[in-house]
Amino acid sequence: MINVFNSLLVMILALNLLALGSRSILSVIRIIAIQGILLGILPLILHEGLSIPQVVASLTAISMKGVVIPMVMIHAMKNIRIKREVEPIIGFVPSSILGAVITGSAFLLSNQITVSTGGYENMIIPAAITTILVGFIQLITRYKAISQVVGYLVLENGIYIFSLLLIEAIPLIVEMGMLLDLFVSIFIISIITNHINNAFSSLDTRRLTTLKE
Amino acid sequence: MSLQLIIVAIVGIALSGVVGILLGKSVKCKQALTTIIVLISSVLGLVGAFIGLFSEATSFKFFYWPTIGGALIGLDELSAFFLIPVFLIGGLGAIYGMGYWKLSEHIYSSQKLQLFWGFLVAGMGLLLIGRHVFSFLMGWELMAISAFILVMTEDEEAECRKSGLVYLIATHISTLTLFGFFALWHYATGSFVFQPIGEGILQPGMLNALFFLALIGFGLKAGMMPLHFWLPGAHASAPSHVSAILSGVMLKMGIYGLIRVGLLLPTPPSLWGTIILTVGSISGLLGVVFAIAQHDIKKLLAYHSVENIGIILIGLGIAFLGRTYNQPEWVALGMAGCLLHVWNHSLFKSLLFFGAGSVLHSTGKRNLDIMGGLGKKMPVTALFFLIGAIAISGIPPLNGFVSELFIYIGLIRPTALGDPHAIGLAMTAPVLAMIGALAAACFVKVYSAVFLGSERSEDIKPVHESPKTMLIPMAILAALCVAIGVFPQYVTFILESIIHQKILLNIIPLKIYSFFSLGFVISIVVLYIWMKFRPKKPKEALTWDCGYAKPTSRMQYTATSFGNGFAIMFEWILHSKVHKTKLNDVMPGQVTFESHVNELVLDRFLKPFFRKTQTAFSWFGRFQQGASQNYILYILIAVLFLMAMLVPYNEWFLPFIKN
Repeated sequence: MINVFNSLLVMILALNLLALGSRSILSVIRIIAIQGILLGILPLILHEGLSIPQVVASLTAISMKGVVIPMVMIHAMKNIRIKREVEPIIGFVPSSILGAVITGSAFLLSNQITVSTGGYENMIIPAAITTILVGFIQLITRYKAISQVVGYLVLENGIYIFSLLLIEAIPLIVEMGMLLDLFVSIFIISIITNHINNAFSSLDTRRLTTLKE
Repeated sequence: MSLQLIIVAIVGIALSGVVGILLGKSVKCKQALTTIIVLISSVLGLVGAFIGLFSEATSFKFFYWPTIGGALIGLDELSAFFLIPVFLIGGLGAIYGMGYWKLSEHIYSSQKLQLFWGFLVAGMGLLLIGRHVFSFLMGWELMAISAFILVMTEDEEAECRKSGLVYLIATHISTLTLFGFFALWHYATGSFVFQPIGEGILQPGMLNALFFLALIGFGLKAGMMPLHFWLPGAHASAPSHVSAILSGVMLKMGIYGLIRVGLLLPTPPSLWGTIILTVGSISGLLGVVFAIAQHDIKKLLAYHSVENIGIILIGLGIAFLGRTYNQPEWVALGMAGCLLHVWNHSLFKSLLFFGAGSVLHSTGKRNLDIMGGLGKKMPVTALFFLIGAIAISGIPPLNGFVSELFIYIGLIRPTALGDPHAIGLAMTAPVLAMIGALAAACFVKVYSAVFLGSERSEDIKPVHESPKTMLIPMAILAALCVAIGVFPQYVTFILESIIHQKILLNIIPLKIYSFFSLGFVISIVVLYIWMKFRPKKPKEALTWDCGYAKPTSRMQYTATSFGNGFAIMFEWILHSKVHKTKLNDVMPGQVTFESHVNELVLDRFLKPFFRKTQTAFSWFGRFQQGASQNYILYILIAVLFLMAMLVPYNEWFLPFIKN
């Protein structure tokens, strides 16, 4: 079982790099959707015996992260008809390399963190740290509002991986609450994106600095 | 029974505004419907509070509340006493609002106002019955935040936004201090429930810390000097009935907090009583001095709230000192004065704000210097305002006199009986006398400038008497002011049930007083009727003629010139700013004169302080560029810095150094 789990995590890490390197916003959204589905499967493998609440939680996470949220974002994209390129500050190749460096150093450093959750932690912690940092990179280096939403999603995915460590401790209601939070915030950002587009005729968040006092 | 009634009332009032929102845009009568719900709930609440006042046992109720374990609410005489003004002004203000802030005239803000009016009243009700930190603080925050939104009703005006912001900062400092107080309370007592601390359990240092946190937290809300800085602006900017409930009722929640804390803490050291007495004297005196210097009728009334909070605090100080020196008589007189003045102030201050609102509603002006002669056009408002003005000045036969009488006797009687500790009390008595005299002078100024004389400017729109919805609440308040003034012995029963001592009537011959003041009121009424129906009608003539051949209304004394004599006396604290053109010709051209008084604390200390802080930290502005990417970068840097601690420096780098 641990092999399946670890290979899923490796796929998630690969998707991180892929997301950093893709040019089209639509394909980034799809990559994140796949990452979300993989994340939803993870807790099912982690558990010894399955119970109905866990299955429900996983299914909700999969449908939320894999289907609903990407659809909301693609819908928002269609409404605003922008140039569907990512437009990063640093190029695609450098940011992919940066992502790879981060992945490597996360694996190097994660040995220093000691937690005991039955042997899964040697992959969970570096994967979580990597995903969070990749989310940060996307948030910082992308200018379009919608690609910032993607960064935010990746960041959240990283936190989700971290929470796998506490899978026994976190009650179902907290997980559901986190998902609801995520959905609501993405929903709102999608609406705001539309408004930013209307007000500034662009999705470039640099324009927002004019709102500064 | 009484507690259940009050809970129903609180829930009803809280939900009243929601009804209007659910009804949709087309329903015209929703403002009336909301008001009716508020009224019914208020009456239920008043009934509950009166039952609570006269029932001996304190009733408690425990609510299960997830995550904090439970919330305790309860009703005793003190809560019931403070609940009465909450429900009274809550109900009357809602009626007043129907005329003053009509739905048809203020489509956008009227519903918001009604919704948060309900929340404000419900919040105050909840905090008064809270016996647990969480229920208390929930009520407190509900009250504070709703009050902020109510102050910001006219948020299209810059001045309103500014004072709203100051209020928001002040109320958050107050809540933060209370958080500190309750955290310390939990640390000291091990519980979040309000239970009296026994004698000698806590160290004096801990008790002092608790007391001073409470004094700052509750004092900020009560508006005592020098923590009153948010009050004049906020009360002047809000719609008048909101000013009435803020000034008349919400400030008293701070007083309630202080009394409650005083009851929970063991016998106070003399320091506490002395501080409350001093702060009370300063608030009272400076409050009225600053009031005299104001040109804005609502700001003037707001400063009078500071003054009256000062008087209430003087009463509370006597009670604290009485507990220190184990003098039940001081406690009785001080508490009686303090509590009765809480009621009285909520009556006459609301009445005055309603009156000022009535004037504002019909003239659209708040500046005293350009009003005048309104008494002829708004006779009913003028009468009610006069009653409020006499009451607030502490002149018999109205209610303000009775509560001040208790405090006067509380200040003087201990010295008269030769008590060695009472020197401080006797020294406060002249201060109180001066406050009363200045308040009377101030209201002579207001009343004569607004209602007497003749109109000063011609551009005033046609003045009309206010609608009945505004006059009826004023009539009820005026009647209550007269009733308490004429029959104080019945109110004394209520006060005695709270202070658990039946000595007030023995000390003060209130029955004889009542007889005389009743006679006084009756003779005034008889005189009025005789004046009205006497056969020979009086001649009509110009007022303020002064022998001029062609007098104009601009020759009248303005409010500013009337108050100037007092302003000069207190110039050392007022520092009024005068801008005028110099007269250097024999035949001068047009000249202008303008004067204004800066707020003592806000304009002279806080604003310069914060401006200096801002300049000192202006270099920090380059980090605040408004680009969200940069902000996330800062977070990333912080995260990376924290993660850098994980690097096993010794293991990795030591070998290189050694080689």
